[in-house]
Amino acid sequence: MAEPALSIRGLTKVYGNGFQALKGIDLDVQQGDFFALLGPNGAGKSTTLGVVCSLVQKSEGKVSIFGIDIDKDFAKAKYQLGVVPQEFNFNQFEKVLDIVLAQAGYYGMTRREALPRAEQLLRDLGLWDKRNGNARMLSGGMKRRLMIARALMHRPKLLILDEPTAGVDIELRRSMWEYMRRINQDEGTTIILTTHYLEEAESLCRNIAIINHGEIVRNTSVRELLAELDTETFLLDLAEPVSQPPVIEGFEITQVEPSQLALVIHRGQQLNDVFSVLSEQGMQVVSMRNRANRLEEMFVSMVEAGNNAIDKRAELNKEAQA
Amino acid sequence: MNATQTLVALWTLVLKEIKRFTRIWPQTLLPPSITMAMYFIIFGNLIGSRIGDMDGFSYMDFIVPGLIMMSVITNSYSNVASSFFSNKFQRSVEELMVSPMPNWVILSGFILGGMARGLGVGLIVTIVSLFFTRLTVEHPLLTVLVVVLTSALFSLGGFINALMANKFDDISIVPTFILTPLTYLGGVFYSISMLPNFWQGVSMLNPILYMVNVFRYGFLGVSDIPVGWALTAIFAFIIVLFFVALTMLERGKGIRS
Repeated sequence: MAEPALSIRGLTKVYGNGFQALKGIDLDVQQGDFFALLGPNGAGKSTTLGVVCSLVQKSEGKVSIFGIDIDKDFAKAKYQLGVVPQEFNFNQFEKVLDIVLAQAGYYGMTRREALPRAEQLLRDLGLWDKRNGNARMLSGGMKRRLMIARALMHRPKLLILDEPTAGVDIELRRSMWEYMRRINQDEGTTIILTTHYLEEAESLCRNIAIINHGEIVRNTSVRELLAELDTETFLLDLAEPVSQPPVIEGFEITQVEPSQLALVIHRGQQLNDVFSVLSEQGMQVVSMRNRANRLEEMFVSMVEAGNNAIDKRAELNKEAQA
Repeated sequence: MNATQTLVALWTLVLKEIKRFTRIWPQTLLPPSITMAMYFIIFGNLIGSRIGDMDGFSYMDFIVPGLIMMSVITNSYSNVASSFFSNKFQRSVEELMVSPMPNWVILSGFILGGMARGLGVGLIVTIVSLFFTRLTVEHPLLTVLVVVLTSALFSLGGFINALMANKFDDISIVPTFILTPLTYLGGVFYSISMLPNFWQGVSMLNPILYMVNVFRYGFLGVSDIPVGWALTAIFAFIIVLFFVALTMLERGKGIRS
């Protein structure tokens, strides 16, 4: 079996102030995968990726990129790796073309080798017309695309995208998704993505790990995760406003607006049962949609469960000390 | 990285540094030329004519090597300090850290960039000085050697300062409170033979005195201190500072959490 694109074993990070950001995590990302690493702010996502990219020094553990141990030959491992960080990290006063060419140079690519690659990437990402402009003149979305172009200059086999579409408008986000899908499917680039847009993870990724409080709380396929979803919330738009939500035994219904209801359906329940009762009560449903994306509901419930478990542990510790 | 790739990476970084300071030439190349022209007019011409000879040379001829060296020192130091700190501040240092470039290449790239500016400004100041005096160079090779080594030494100093700095103020403290006084007291404007014995002894503790004197020896053929001893001291300082800077970089001091 081929070596995983990324293999992490027992990764621990304790910062100088004593804060333990990672508590011995294990993670494998297979070659060719489109993988999502999710977690609330401060969960340990960026620290994990920071260790992989050499921006953060690990306290303990082992990291291998395509089988290359970063402790033994980090330089060789870095050739396989392209990184798009969360925050803009290029010199804003440099020209767009200079930024991507310099990055290629750092990987040992001569200008002659790098120019065609730069042109192809900047054209693909809609930046070729801006190549001679200062990077600071670009819009937020263009700056993000510039970081993607820069990360791909040396043709990495593993691309790490840390919230690549944060602050990007919907249209642009969709076009970036298309581009990421293309490089994953056509070029076989393994992609690891962290995002706050769970719709993004659901739409793009095949596998997913959820990290919370420095621990991996779930590591599975997106399909499997969604199959476990217990409840789904629908918004029902009514033809006429109602004064109060209807009461239907076994169903949870709340009023969102005078002519809109929120309906929570548990696994095994039938929507038809609700429609027939509403119809009997003289309420006509004109349209219906999901309130939140399904993964988001799952994610929130997992994170809440994790937080409750930690609160409970803290309480037990307190009692034990008392 | 193989040798060719390493050279490409090093050249990329050096070229980037040169582009940076030439792009902002009104901040980097122009001010030292104007300041030094003022020194030549006021100290060399106006006041110098009343001071008379110094160590057997006209005052203008005496101060020219010192002033060239002063501009090389300050520009080499401040180029690396401000460039590397800006890279830290804007986080563009991450571009270097995620790349496979060895740390010694990153360090050398910044040092060579600092030397390019320091020596470039030194050349400009030398050209400006030709409007005021006729320069003679007694020992050309020694002159070039000492100015190159001094530029490398202060570029290293600027790099260490930038690694340790947490805010922009931190990169101006050393030049303002240490470098400038040491330069002014390093025999740029006077011969230490004019000082009482005690202050001559104190001056010998100032490393910049050695560089200024050896550089002046290259031009005029006179020095307050033994040339061989001074060159050895400069070499030793370069080796020590290079390894200090490299160790700090390896440990990620100020750049890795």
